[in-house]
Amino acid sequence: MKSAHKVSTHTSLSLMIMAIFLMTKMMPAQDHPDLPEGDQCIKCHMEQENMPEDFSDFDTHLQKNLSCAGCHGGDASKEDMDEAMNPKKGFIGVPAKKDIPRLCGKCHSNIDFMRSYQPRISTDQVDQYYTSIHGQKLKQGDKKVADCTSCHTGHSILSAKDARSSVYALNVPGTCKKCHSDAAYMKEYNIKTNQYEEYAKSIHGIALLQDLDTSVPACNDCHGNHGAIPPGVKSISHVCGICHSNNMQYFSASTMGKIFAEEGLHACEECHGHHLIKKTNDDMIGIGENSVCLNCHSQDDEGAKIAEEIHADLHTTVATYDSAQKVQKRVQQIGMDDVEIGYLLQDSHQSLIQARTLVHTFNPEEVDKKTGESLKNSEAALSLADQLIKDYNVRRKGFSIATIFITILVIALFFKIREIDKKEKIKQS
Amino acid sequence: MIKQFLASSYDWLDARFNLTPLIEFMQHKKVPVHRHSVWYYMGGVTLFLFMVQVFTGILLLLYYQPGTDSAFESVRFIMTKVQFGWLFRSIHSWSANLMIFFIFVHMFSTFFTQAFKKPRELTWISGFALLMLAFGFGFSGYLLPWNELAFFATKVGTDITGALPLIGDMIKTVLRGGEEVTGGTLLRFYAFHVAIIPATFTIVLGIHLLFVQRQGMHEPDYMENLPQEKKKMISFFPNFLLRDALLWLIVLNILLFLAVFFPWEIGQKADTFSSAPQGIRPEWYFMFMFQSLKLLPAHILSIEGEVVGVLFFVVVAIIWLLVPFWELKSPRTKGMRPMTLIGLVGIIFILVMTIIGYLN
Repeated sequence: MKSAHKVSTHTSLSLMIMAIFLMTKMMPAQDHPDLPEGDQCIKCHMEQENMPEDFSDFDTHLQKNLSCAGCHGGDASKEDMDEAMNPKKGFIGVPAKKDIPRLCGKCHSNIDFMRSYQPRISTDQVDQYYTSIHGQKLKQGDKKVADCTSCHTGHSILSAKDARSSVYALNVPGTCKKCHSDAAYMKEYNIKTNQYEEYAKSIHGIALLQDLDTSVPACNDCHGNHGAIPPGVKSISHVCGICHSNNMQYFSASTMGKIFAEEGLHACEECHGHHLIKKTNDDMIGIGENSVCLNCHSQDDEGAKIAEEIHADLHTTVATYDSAQKVQKRVQQIGMDDVEIGYLLQDSHQSLIQARTLVHTFNPEEVDKKTGESLKNSEAALSLADQLIKDYNVRRKGFSIATIFITILVIALFFKIREIDKKEKIKQS
Repeated sequence: MIKQFLASSYDWLDARFNLTPLIEFMQHKKVPVHRHSVWYYMGGVTLFLFMVQVFTGILLLLYYQPGTDSAFESVRFIMTKVQFGWLFRSIHSWSANLMIFFIFVHMFSTFFTQAFKKPRELTWISGFALLMLAFGFGFSGYLLPWNELAFFATKVGTDITGALPLIGDMIKTVLRGGEEVTGGTLLRFYAFHVAIIPATFTIVLGIHLLFVQRQGMHEPDYMENLPQEKKKMISFFPNFLLRDALLWLIVLNILLFLAVFFPWEIGQKADTFSSAPQGIRPEWYFMFMFQSLKLLPAHILSIEGEVVGVLFFVVVAIIWLLVPFWELKSPRTKGMRPMTLIGLVGIIFILVMTIIGYLN
């Protein structure tokens, strides 16, 4: 009985080990449940563990049943290697670097074909690419410049909206950095390699890379996705105007803008820089230590005087706004209603932002219109807060009077009770 | 002069309403004096706070407008624009909380002094009903300012009632006036808060006070066995009533202090589409139940933890309601009555769960 039990235990153990072994052998298929069935390229390459390094089964083409043969050619239905990879059946093997844009363009430049996947997809990527430095150099036979696969990868291609994609907004700087921060790789092109480092410290870089705010520009938003710069834009500095439209508009219409155009100076970059764009502050204008005006102006020229006038105006407005904000906190702390103050300060802040935008007109009168509005609202908030604090003190005083009155009543009542008790005691005795 | 005027006024009223027998009745009514007499005043303080609630509630009613577009705004209006609106709203909120606190004190003092025993079983039951109605007052009033905290706390609170087996869903729908907490719920809670509960509360309170009047104050065991002449007593009127008034004045002063120095917040207006902010919690007197439910595992013996928790509290409430009928009379262990031990365990449980709830 005992040995029979032993035998059955051994048998079960062996069966379990066999089952686990079989399951392990079946793992690849289970690991990739979404792979196209009957695709002999994938089947064979997986069995031989000879898959491309960057292969992943979430690749968007693979998900749409466009497998290896879609790009590399051949016949994926044939088990026989020679038949499957027969050049007569269009097999091209690993495509040459110079041919990659055209290879991708076979489908991506075909509007009729692409519409079947996305009705509003653009199909000018290859054309744009050839207008870029990358495209032009590739045409000239440069084998180091970026082609489609350098940014999109070869076998893990995903929509730019997918957070796993190498071209998702948050991943774009890292993708460009792979080449552009590699000093040795970039040596022959004679361009800087600190763009990523600078960008990461900039207001845009901090917002994108640290705060994960995908609405701020990454490399491609200024330099273009496929073309050198976005279509219709004369210079990269004009790209700032896409988001900062008012600043750009005011600047272009200003005297300063006209002089910049005549001198061939870059509009925004001259004051704000390009990759290392820091958060702006009111001291950038004027004649102080951090002034950018003095890069061109001397301390006593007419321009510097205007700059200082604007700076002083902003400074007073901000100081009044700040003190109103402090008083609002005090109002909140004492439990009074600060909603009206909040509204006034909201308006004040809005005017302050507009005034800062109007700095780009370099016209003190224009700036003053908005700083005046901001000041008016901040002062109204201050006076309202003052009134509320006074009300609060009146309440406290009122409470003190009420307390004294009630306390006197309590004491009087206490003595009355004692008096009654005493009378009763005398009565009883 | 004043005395003469008061005396003639009394005579005038007495001639018409025969007040003298009533005064004599109150003068002959005696209240025992002993080391636990202080607890006699807790019910009186609760009654005073209820009167404050009625008075301030009526004033708030003049300006409050139920509705998702007007409730929050009208409370803000009361707090900021109405003369002394801030004072009455803050007193109403503070007084509500103090009232529940004193109900608890009154209830536990009744429990520990064993005042619920025969012949006061129905007084205990009516008191329990008043506690439940006070909870109803608190729960319905909490939503009325239609602020974020109240909105989500009501959502969670009504969800918990929905966990009750068989009737839970029905109660939840009745409370909410639909599937979700909406403007309809607000209107319903308003009706509960200003009409249904006050009317019921007043009737039950009347019965409760009638019972107390008919049966007089409970005397502790050792006093009951003393001969009548050795019992220390004071007259209900004016001695006891004046002491009551003294305490009421002190409580009024505390209320004013709290309302002036710690005005009740309005918070942020409820946004029914936003996700629940952090720190959603019920009023402090529901906290021990809320926290206990949170600590329960998802499933207990294949039944949902929340359902088990809600059922547990329902059973405990029924046991508590029926205290006068199952009182344990076994001898004292370590000088403590078994009932005292049960009461203490209850209080410790409530305190610990409440503290954990607030620490979280």
